[in-house]
Order: sequence, then structure tokens, then C-alpha cells
Amino acid sequence: MIKVYVSSVIDAPADQLWAQIRDFNGLPKWTPFVAESRIEGGMAPDTVGCVRNFRLKDGGIIREQLLTLSDYDFQCTYSILESPMGVDDYVATLKLTPVTDGGRTFAEWWAEFECAPERENELAQQIGQGVFQAAFDSLKSMFRR
Amino acid sequence: MIKVTRSAVIDAPIERVWTVLRDFNSHTAWHPVVAESEIEGGERSDQVGCVRRFTLRDGNRVREQLLALSDRDHISTYCILDASVPLRRYVATVQLKRVTDGERTFWHWQSTFDTPPGRERELADMVGTDVYEGGFAGFREYLRSPRSVSRGRPTPSRAAAQSDMTAHGVVATAFGGPEVLRHQPLSARPPGPGEVRIRQTAVGVNYIDVYVRAGLYRMIEPPAPLGMEAAGVVVDVGDSVAHLLPGDRVAYACAPPGAYVGVRTMSADQVVVLPDDVDDEAAAALMLKGMTAAYLLHRTHQVRAGETVLVHAAAGGVGLFLCQWAKALGARVIGTVSSEDKARLARANGCELPLVSRDYRFASPVKAATNGRGADVIYDGLGAAAMEENLDALALCGHWVSYGQASGPLPAIMPETLTEKSVTLSRPVLFHYTAERSALQAIAQQTFDALRAGVIRVEIRHRYALAAAAEAHRDLEARRTTGPVVLLP
Repeated sequence: MIKVYVSSVIDAPADQLWAQIRDFNGLPKWTPFVAESRIEGGMAPDTVGCVRNFRLKDGGIIREQLLTLSDYDFQCTYSILESPMGVDDYVATLKLTPVTDGGRTFAEWWAEFECAPERENELAQQIGQGVFQAAFDSLKSMFRR
Repeated sequence: MIKVTRSAVIDAPIERVWTVLRDFNSHTAWHPVVAESEIEGGERSDQVGCVRRFTLRDGNRVREQLLALSDRDHISTYCILDASVPLRRYVATVQLKRVTDGERTFWHWQSTFDTPPGRERELADMVGTDVYEGGFAGFREYLRSPRSVSRGRPTPSRAAAQSDMTAHGVVATAFGGPEVLRHQPLSARPPGPGEVRIRQTAVGVNYIDVYVRAGLYRMIEPPAPLGMEAAGVVVDVGDSVAHLLPGDRVAYACAPPGAYVGVRTMSADQVVVLPDDVDDEAAAALMLKGMTAAYLLHRTHQVRAGETVLVHAAAGGVGLFLCQWAKALGARVIGTVSSEDKARLARANGCELPLVSRDYRFASPVKAATNGRGADVIYDGLGAAAMEENLDALALCGHWVSYGQASGPLPAIMPETLTEKSVTLSRPVLFHYTAERSALQAIAQQTFDALRAGVIRVEIRHRYALAAAAEAHRDLEARRTTGPVVLLP
């Protein structure tokens, strides 16, 4: 089991960030690597159990299922159903916590998954820096004040 | 039930913050509202169940009990047993989390409690503002002050922190032989922004010091002190240095030269905190040579099990680490050495076939030992005199890693020369691999881990007083030393 953990501080209130992030169909709006996204079967994007089907800018298609969504904890968990990345049992959680000192947000994103042993480092790097950190950096520039 | 939550981001790594907060008796050092603190019954201050007795600056008294402590999750939970302020059923949790993009820490402080009717708002404000927010501010102040000392080490005096300090150092008065080295008093100014001042306890001697002294590498303008690596204790730090505190045991290996001194003020970027189980002399012997072995074996070339590795100067400082580590990686290690004694030492450190050669002739025995195939990778600190033999001793598609030039700089090489065997030639320099702080930390950690696991071993046979640096240079150049050479200020 590989674990990847990335955290950052974003200069915006947590409720504003959460409004952006809780939209399970909203990746094209705030990540730099998703070209388009739709929710399968016409479900609402905040329905636990819904599946988002999105296309990366490099062409790959990923299907992910929303497992938990908490507006109380500013937290969501999802799993990968299909992807070209070569990971199994991939479950990730994104969580926001208000930083009361300065009205900022502590953002955490972590994932656990299985993969071929020789790809562990590469995937940990790709997911931690290429996906999570890159998305945080994108949020930081969107919410720069 | 009232719930109060406050959180902040502290500009210091989580280890630094947690070292203080896990100590249930540390508040007098950093919290502005706590005047006195004592653990009842002489118990340890990290003993779950222990009780602390606070006297606050306003005269109130509070007894609190530590309920849970997790070094894994960085959580401390405690409750009030009795207090002269009317907080009832008060349970609080401090939790730290790492901010992974930058050396910062998220600090979450939360409590639940009851109050007498009508006093909810007043007491919630008192807890949230005076205790928690006041605590954040006090902690930041504590980190900035030279009084803050990690892990209970002796406190450097404030006077020392504000003025120049004088200590001896060894200066190259001109480019030349060992005779240009002079031992003389030098002063170290207080650290400016981004700088640290270190009282050094052990200084590593490296062959690069000889090149610098001779003027082969123009890294100094004489008169100036030599030396690229040392270990010691932080005296004080300048503004915007988050990863070091006064009292920290530290080490470094970096340019510019200047390590042959008792006290040094330098850029803090390249300085790392030492693990408790790595002593100062080992660190001074390890930083440059061990980190060099680490990047040569894992980054410049990734040595794999079954490869044949040729290590020149196999009984030298870097050579011994290369032999030990390459062998542990499953490689077959062949080495060159200049004497039978050194051959024995190299063999005892993982070199299967040490070749004694004083005239840089080794290609034939290397090929003979590999069924004519040659070495997959050559770690070459010899330079000019061994060039032809290196090309001859290399396997097809082999990797020639030239990281030093003890016999003189390599002449110009035509690309066609490499074509003959599809040779890869690397000319790496440690300081490029450690230029980024995160990369430096990773390579240093890999080196400390290898030491801890027994993969590499530091055995210091040559110690000199700092004043005797010239003698150390003579012995090094005359090939009279084996393994690390350390100067003691």
C-alpha cells in the first residue's frame, strides 16, 4: 500500500474554497490538467455515489466515484474506477481546515493505492506533485489576494 | 457545551514545533500568560497521566492532566482537573500537521467546556484569544528568540549573539603548497538574514581543499580560509531562517570554502540538523564524502545488483564509502589502491579485487577479472593520468564517472573517443546535486540512513588539531592517510 500526502496553505477562507471543490464535476474549473468532465447517468455532482468521467489535457480518461462528501468537515473522499495510471484500490481524500489566524485555509490531500513495486516512486511523485500539489498551486493563484 | 477552535501556521518544520509542544511542562518558555509551571510528583513531562500546576500571570491557578500524547499524529490531549477560573469539563487537543510545500506547520487547538450561566462568551473569548491566539504569538516570538533551544541543550548567551566572535582559523595566504597555510585569529560576525553562526567542533579535510589551496580550483582569493565541510552547534541565526535554532547540532558540506575555522558565519541554506545518533566527528567526516558516494551511486549512475564497479583510490575517503555502499547494492567491486596496506583496507570494506598500482596501469587486470568485458561503471577521482586506461577498462556502453582529478585535469576529449564503446562520460559535482534544499535534505538523509543501517561505516584514523592543517595536507598529498581526515578546532 502506497500513501501519498500533500498539504498546503491557501490564502482564502475555507468556505470559499470548499464551494469550488465540493463540485465533483468541477475539476476543469480549478485544476490545470483536466480538459473536460461530466457526471455519468445524469446524477447531481454532490450525490454520494456519483461517477465523474473526465478527460485529461494529455488525453487520458479517468472515472472516479464520490464515496463521501461532508460539508461539515469540508472533506470528500473518492476512488478511481478506471484510469491509465496503473493503480489499484486507489482511494483519495481532500480536506480543508480553516486557519483562524488570518482567515486562510490548511488544505490536505492524500491517497492510498496499490501498484507495481518498480513504479511506486514514479507514481507517488506523479500523484503527489503532478496532481495534488499542481492543483493546490492552481488554487493558490486563483485565490491570490 | 462550548467549543473553541483556533488554528495558525507556524514558519518552522513540524519536528521543531512538536519538540516543544509535546513537553507538557514547556509553557513558561513560550506562553505569555503562564508564569510558573511544575509537574507534580516529579514525573516526566511527557508521561501520559502526569499533572502540571500552572500559576498564570494574572494570579489564577490551574491544574491540568495529560490524557493522550501521540508522537505519530502529533497530538496532545489534556483536561483541567481544577482551576480558579470557572472552566468545567474542559478537554483540549493540540494537533500539528505538516505543510508539505514549505517548511511550515499547521497548528490546530480545540477545546470543549462548560461555564457558569451567562459567562459563556466571556470565557470562550478568554480561552480563544488569550490562551490560544496568545499562545500562537508567544510561540512565534519564542522561535525568533535566541533563548529558544532545541532538545534541552545549553543556552548560548545573548551577548554572544549580538557581537563578533573571535576564534582561530587556517588561512591560505597565497596559492601554493602546504606552507601557505597559516593558523591565525579570525572573527565571525553576527548572522545576517538567511545566515547562521556555528561554533564548529570538527572539520573534514578533503582532496578538493588541496586543489583550492594550489589554485587549481579558483574558489577563493587568498588570504582566505579553506575547507568545505564541518559539524558544530548553532550559536545564533539571522532573520528568515526557519529550519535551524540556537543549540542545534548541525553539519554542512558546501562551497564557498571557509570551514577551517572555530566559528563560522555562513548561509543557512546548506546546513542540515544532525540526527542524535550521528556524532560531530563522524558528521564532519561524512557530509562531503558520504553525500558524494550517495549521489554517485544513486543519481549520477544508479548502481544495480550484478554490475561491475571500478573504484579508484578505493581506500580513500570517498573510495571506502563507494566500496561499502556499492557492495551492499549487490555490485561486484574492483578497486585501485597505491599500497598493500590500502589493498587490505579496501578488501575489508567490500572491494573484492583491490589492484595495487602506482603507475595507473589497471585495464588489463580489470578485463582479466571480467572475462574481457570490463567495468560497467568507473568512479574516477584520478583524472588525467588514468584516462587512457579508464577507456580501456570500461565495458561496452559503460559509464565513466569522473568526479575528481588527483593526477591533474582531464585533457580535451573528442566525442569520437566515446563512440568507440558508446561510453557515457559524466563530470558531476556534489554542489549541483545539493543546490535545492529538498534535494540536499534527501541526500543527507539517505547518507545518515546508510550509516545507521551499517551500509557505510565511518572509522576515523587521522585526527589533527586545526592548527596542524598543513601537516594534514602533507600527509594527504603523500598518500599517507586512509579514510577520513578530521581537524579539531
